[in-house]
Amino acid sequence: MKVAQAAGQLKAERRLGQKSVYFPGRPAVLSTFTVAGPMEGQGPLGSAFDTIIPDTYYGERCWEKTESKMLKEAITHCIQEAGASERDIDFMLTGDLLSQCIGGSFAARELAIPHLGIYSACASFGEGLILAAMALEGGFASHAVVAVSSHHDSAERQFRFPTELGVQRPPTAQWTATLAAAVLLGYPTSPYARPGPRVRLTGATIGEVIDIGIKDPYDMGTAMAPAACDTLATHFKDFGISPSHYDAIITGDLGAVGREIAVDLLESKGLAVRNRFEDCALLLYDRRRQGVQAGGSGTACSAGVFCAYLYRMMLEGRWRRILLAPTGSLHSPTSYKQGEAIPAVCHAVAFEVETGD
Amino acid sequence: MSSKVTSDAKSRYARDAAKYRPPTPYLRNFLAAFFVGGAICAAGQILHAVFVAQGLDDGEAGARMAASVIALGALLTGLGVYDILGRFSGAGSAVPISGFANSIVAPAMEFAREGFVLGTAAQMFVIAGPVIVYGVIAAFISAAVRYFIVGIGG
Repeated sequence: MKVAQAAGQLKAERRLGQKSVYFPGRPAVLSTFTVAGPMEGQGPLGSAFDTIIPDTYYGERCWEKTESKMLKEAITHCIQEAGASERDIDFMLTGDLLSQCIGGSFAARELAIPHLGIYSACASFGEGLILAAMALEGGFASHAVVAVSSHHDSAERQFRFPTELGVQRPPTAQWTATLAAAVLLGYPTSPYARPGPRVRLTGATIGEVIDIGIKDPYDMGTAMAPAACDTLATHFKDFGISPSHYDAIITGDLGAVGREIAVDLLESKGLAVRNRFEDCALLLYDRRRQGVQAGGSGTACSAGVFCAYLYRMMLEGRWRRILLAPTGSLHSPTSYKQGEAIPAVCHAVAFEVETGD
Repeated sequence: MSSKVTSDAKSRYARDAAKYRPPTPYLRNFLAAFFVGGAICAAGQILHAVFVAQGLDDGEAGARMAASVIALGALLTGLGVYDILGRFSGAGSAVPISGFANSIVAPAMEFAREGFVLGTAAQMFVIAGPVIVYGVIAAFISAAVRYFIVGIGG
């Protein structure tokens, strides 16, 4: 009874506005690791990935197993990179696109780490970072791993057509990335925190699910743009800052079409984002050369680009503050056949680099 | 259904967003479909002529030609070529009978990992099934229409 009363009186002191939270303790990224598919390895970020698998099977007999293996390797290497062991990790959060999220749970069955599976489609990385940072700030964990995966072929066969079927893709289509990425979060006081510049999480905005009525699963950028706009605009309002507070604002996988819509929607609200707006879907592939239509997508699109590019840009001191806003289309193969539109969500996470001690 | 976003806002958005849609390259698609589809049909016609030259009558040669094009479509699917062709030519490679073969072999291969019964056999007609169902229904209706107009054998 006493406890309940105390809880009722608690004021959520780390909230801003209706949708945002801030992290006074500033959890830090202690290490990252990426495992990329062959096509992603040939893209503009190819040399920045930690591992590139030689073929889309990676020694497994089906792509679902490949995806789990990639995710498991990203997690174990991420932990090793920091000099920690599985037993040092309080829990891990994983997200992927496979039905019932088997990418994560099948990777977890081989790891001695407590596991929480999450799903926000391609915004799962944002959801994971926010949940892990809140757990760290609440004193519920000192080390947490956030890891996500996607695989082009396992997604194709689940969401679209058999991979060998001769289908023409419309220009708005996006290419699910074959990628797995993991980040280890902790505090600078951790024994696994290395000296030097450090990327820290300062705050976040949890997105609202927005269904703008777009039904075409080959046009997810258009379906997600309003969700991205809503979350970003709310973020600036809740924190009382303007877009120029950040050196770069990076959405997850809006693609060429969704990016333009989101920028125009934000500009029409008086938010000058155009000259600092990037999108992971467009950073991951060379659209002309690699034939990916409107760009990349997939749960690991934003995570892979964060680890291989955004994180390094910050460590190198080229960006001081960034806002990463992974976007997700929350439809299922069943829902779109039933004529439902595509609900979308976007979660934004703010990072700031601090020069080391 | 959603009260958060009004249907008015939805239709306004659909209208505004349409302006951002990159144009579908219709001319390029038409040309690719015309030439690839045409080439497949020409190859079939050549096969037909070869079978006729071997002494088969028109009907037998036609059946053998169709079987050969189906086998070729299945082989190219197995070799991982037909999906690349399809991405390039769209309907050009989907409409000829080799495309029908592709639509059956692709899921049959794809779902082999779920086993021969629950995978290959169960999923084989996942693309071709609707074509067969509505093809048969359309044939039935047009035959019925024909019956009422000209009668049997008319």
